[in-house]
Amino acid sequence: MTAFLSIIIVLFVAVALWQMVKIFDLAQVGAANTQVADDKDNKLQGYLMMAFLVFIYATTIASFWYLGDLPLTSNSASEHGPGIDNLMIISMVVIFIVQTITQFLLHYFAFKYKGEKGRKALFYADNNTLEFIWTIIPVIVLAGLIIYGLFTWNDIMNIDEDEDPMVIELYAQQFNWKARYGGEDNVLGKANVRLIDIDRANILGVAEDDPNAQDDVIVTELHLPVGRPILFKMRSQDVLHSAYMPHFRAQMNCVPGMVTQFGFTPTVTTADMRLNPDIVEKVLNINKLRQAKKEKIEEAGQELLYEFDYLLLCNKICGKSHYNMQMKIIVETQEEFDAWMAEQKTFANSLN
Amino acid sequence: MSATADTHGHDDHDVHHHKETFVTKYIFSQDHKMIAKQYLITGTIMGVIGVLMSMMMRMQIAWPEEPNLLFEALLGKWAPGGVMDADIYLALVTIHGTIMVFFVLTAGLSGTFSNLLIPLQIGARDMASGFLNMVSYWLFFLSSIIMIMSLFVEAGPAAAGWTIYPPLSALPMAQGGSGMGMTLWLVSMAIFIASSLLGSLNYIVTVINLRTKGMSMTRLPLTIWTFFITAVIGVISFPVLLSAVLLLIMDRSFGTSFFLSDIFIQGEVLHYQGGSPVLFEHLFWFLGHPEVYIVLLPALGITSEVIATNSRKPIFGYRAMVASILAIAFLSTIVWGHHMFISGMNPFLGSVFTFTTLLIAIPSAVKAFNYITTLWKGNLQLNPAMLFSIGLVSTFITGGLTGIILGDSALDINVHDTYFVVAHFHLVMGISALYGMFAGIYHWFPRMFGRMMNKNLGYLHFWVTAICAYGVFFPMHFIGMAGLPRRYYTNSNFPLFDDTTNANVVITMFAIVGGIFQIVFLYNFFSSMFYGKKAVQNPWKSNTLEWTAPVKHVHGNWPGALPVVYRWPYDYSKPGHDEDFVPQNVPMKEGEEELHH
Ligand code: HEM
Ligand SMILES: [Cu+2]
Ligand SMILES: [Cu+2]
Repeated sequence: MTAFLSIIIVLFVAVALWQMVKIFDLAQVGAANTQVADDKDNKLQGYLMMAFLVFIYATTIASFWYLGDLPLTSNSASEHGPGIDNLMIISMVVIFIVQTITQFLLHYFAFKYKGEKGRKALFYADNNTLEFIWTIIPVIVLAGLIIYGLFTWNDIMNIDEDEDPMVIELYAQQFNWKARYGGEDNVLGKANVRLIDIDRANILGVAEDDPNAQDDVIVTELHLPVGRPILFKMRSQDVLHSAYMPHFRAQMNCVPGMVTQFGFTPTVTTADMRLNPDIVEKVLNINKLRQAKKEKIEEAGQELLYEFDYLLLCNKICGKSHYNMQMKIIVETQEEFDAWMAEQKTFANSLN
Repeated sequence: MSATADTHGHDDHDVHHHKETFVTKYIFSQDHKMIAKQYLITGTIMGVIGVLMSMMMRMQIAWPEEPNLLFEALLGKWAPGGVMDADIYLALVTIHGTIMVFFVLTAGLSGTFSNLLIPLQIGARDMASGFLNMVSYWLFFLSSIIMIMSLFVEAGPAAAGWTIYPPLSALPMAQGGSGMGMTLWLVSMAIFIASSLLGSLNYIVTVINLRTKGMSMTRLPLTIWTFFITAVIGVISFPVLLSAVLLLIMDRSFGTSFFLSDIFIQGEVLHYQGGSPVLFEHLFWFLGHPEVYIVLLPALGITSEVIATNSRKPIFGYRAMVASILAIAFLSTIVWGHHMFISGMNPFLGSVFTFTTLLIAIPSAVKAFNYITTLWKGNLQLNPAMLFSIGLVSTFITGGLTGIILGDSALDINVHDTYFVVAHFHLVMGISALYGMFAGIYHWFPRMFGRMMNKNLGYLHFWVTAICAYGVFFPMHFIGMAGLPRRYYTNSNFPLFDDTTNANVVITMFAIVGGIFQIVFLYNFFSSMFYGKKAVQNPWKSNTLEWTAPVKHVHGNWPGALPVVYRWPYDYSKPGHDEDFVPQNVPMKEGEEELHH
């Protein structure tokens, strides 16, 4: 019944709008309907073009004003993060300048040269110098960005094994994450989904007879010691997922049948990050918003107040609960990490 | 070579002896003008469906969990009590993307304007093969029907994203939509590709062989250049998608392992071994990226034509425009890897693709600058088609610029698959191409239907659409930069993103207003078709050949001999002529120079 009613309402709105348009249409004298613009139209539309330019600038300013503190372009929590952030800011400045100038020229010309009866346009078909200039300028600017970008990229993707990174496996399945540490020996035991044995609680398919596997540690909350290089090995058991850790400027797909990798060094502990003035402000703001819709949040069974935490999100469509496939990341001091690790069961001890 | 079009037998056959019945005229027509209209109408209907879906997605994102009567009405069992199901959100995303990219902006755009304009602008009687052309349309129609049918499948339509990456798309147990819904999606797309290939081959052959006397390649309007190159790109890349689709069908139905390996799902190990989902990604994006240009180039071609005509000026840098079309076409086939920087592919390959991707920015920048210079010192006729063309240049710049960020592998790490990407591609390809399509419709409506549309409704349509498009997609960049992933059914499980909720509501408001206001266009379009003011022969005082053909529907386009071409199409405001336009079929005056050579 309500469904029926709402269809009626939607239809009603559509028909009403249609009718309004029709009245608008019929109210015009036939001559105005030629679709050819006369001087009056050109003038009005020319001014509207300038108004639209203002609108574009206003949208830009408003977006920066209201949303400018959302972007992840500062306070990165990894060693390579500032490199990405710098490149991002440089690119954004370039884009901002080009956008401002070209939109101005486009809309200003549309206004300035709006048609008038009897005026003749300039016959101007070609100018090699001009074309050369605006081919070469993008070439130079882009070359600069490419070179900077490629250095940054190589820096991030080439993992230096000499640094003795801590090896952690990120294991994805519909719709949750597990992390597996190499344990004492910092070597992950061999694994394959064909070895999964639910009855024995071998849920990641780790080779039970692999000596390297015995001390592996499998957890559902990712703990990282601050300042230590980490090498993540990604695996998925079913479909594609993507391990996205936005605060660390890190992301890599998890591909069934294949091991992918990404490495970074966390630089700020969770505790320190919570004290960062920008984060404090962000959290305050979020909590104000949450207070405002208190009932709904409590009804949904969520904690009302938000406290900052690093997160691992799934960022590749993976099915129904893709939107809620997350794992908490805690960056802590080496001592805290060791204490936490000491409490975890090793793989050998976790089997039934 | 171009004299081939002028065969007399063809002439006689079409103009004199051919009796048209209702069926051969309106349904199984082989006339390119009628087929263009069929594409346009079908594309428009698919567009309405696609936009409705996007409005539902936006409402869900803005007001998650809140019962919405509209959902209950339109989605039925998938929105019990008006609360949308998570699966159906993904299905909406998928079908919206598929419909918009393929059915509206590939078939709807190329199908309409390539068909309408290629024969008319090069001075041909019809397409090289009217029959194949008809088959192409009906295959498209069939694939549309199958795609729509898939919406009514018991377990839901395809829901793995328009990119349908396996294993999600390959395993029915991974997702409701990967059962019958995905089968229909794949079948529909296979038929779609066949249709597209038939169409493209026809366009290519027609442009190469059927140009009228004097219509050398360097005298082709830029519309024809873009349609031609678009068809070439399509012929190169669509077969690769077809192979991906077929191999996926094999994996799904015949137990092969092209894209699958080592999978454990719902308590069991599957037999697949040795395949790789990354292979699928390569095959998909080998089409997927060129597809962006298949969508965009025709829109740019239309814009070139509309901007030149209405600026009353030659398009600036004709040769540079052609060169950049060719450069874009070539480069577009070697940049696909920028969608896969973090797919697990070798990082060195990532560097290569970053390089080629940023290269493609150069011809794109040249095009944008050339449009702006064309406006300079023009005598701009700001009719609705012109506004949409200027709007296209504007969104093309805004959307294109953020490509510099996404194409840079280091930066893509953090914005890949976030709303930043959604904002980028909607502006640069979605909205731009849509504007191109609107510009084309407003500009060639008189040619198609012999009537004019309502100017003031056109203005209203443009301004509301333009404001809403920016309102929707500009702030979206910032939400993406905050790290919000796309294809999330709701963000309420992440308090981290609570500070994006207000912006999401504003975006949705713009989307709703913008969507509803398309009624203005629909009204204008359909009512003008029947009640619009009768069009004159050449309402825009344009130079191209289509305006020399009679408005009345004639088989063979020109009742007498085919027009002969003496000049390029951009002699607007040429010194030494009284009028500010000189159609292509006007012979050179004594001592007049063909300036652009
Ligand atoms: C009426 C204006 C439009 C609105 C409000 C809109 C809105 C949306 C939304 C909300 C999504 C889902 C984003 C996500 O969760 O990933 C989406 C996805 C998409 N849209 Fe649009 N859209 C519009 C027009 C278009 C147009 C004209 C195109 C043509 C290219 C297009 C192509 C796509 C594609 C390819 C996707 C991605 C689908 C996927 O993720 O698989 N949209 N759109
Ligand atoms: Cu996932
Ligand atoms: Cu691409």
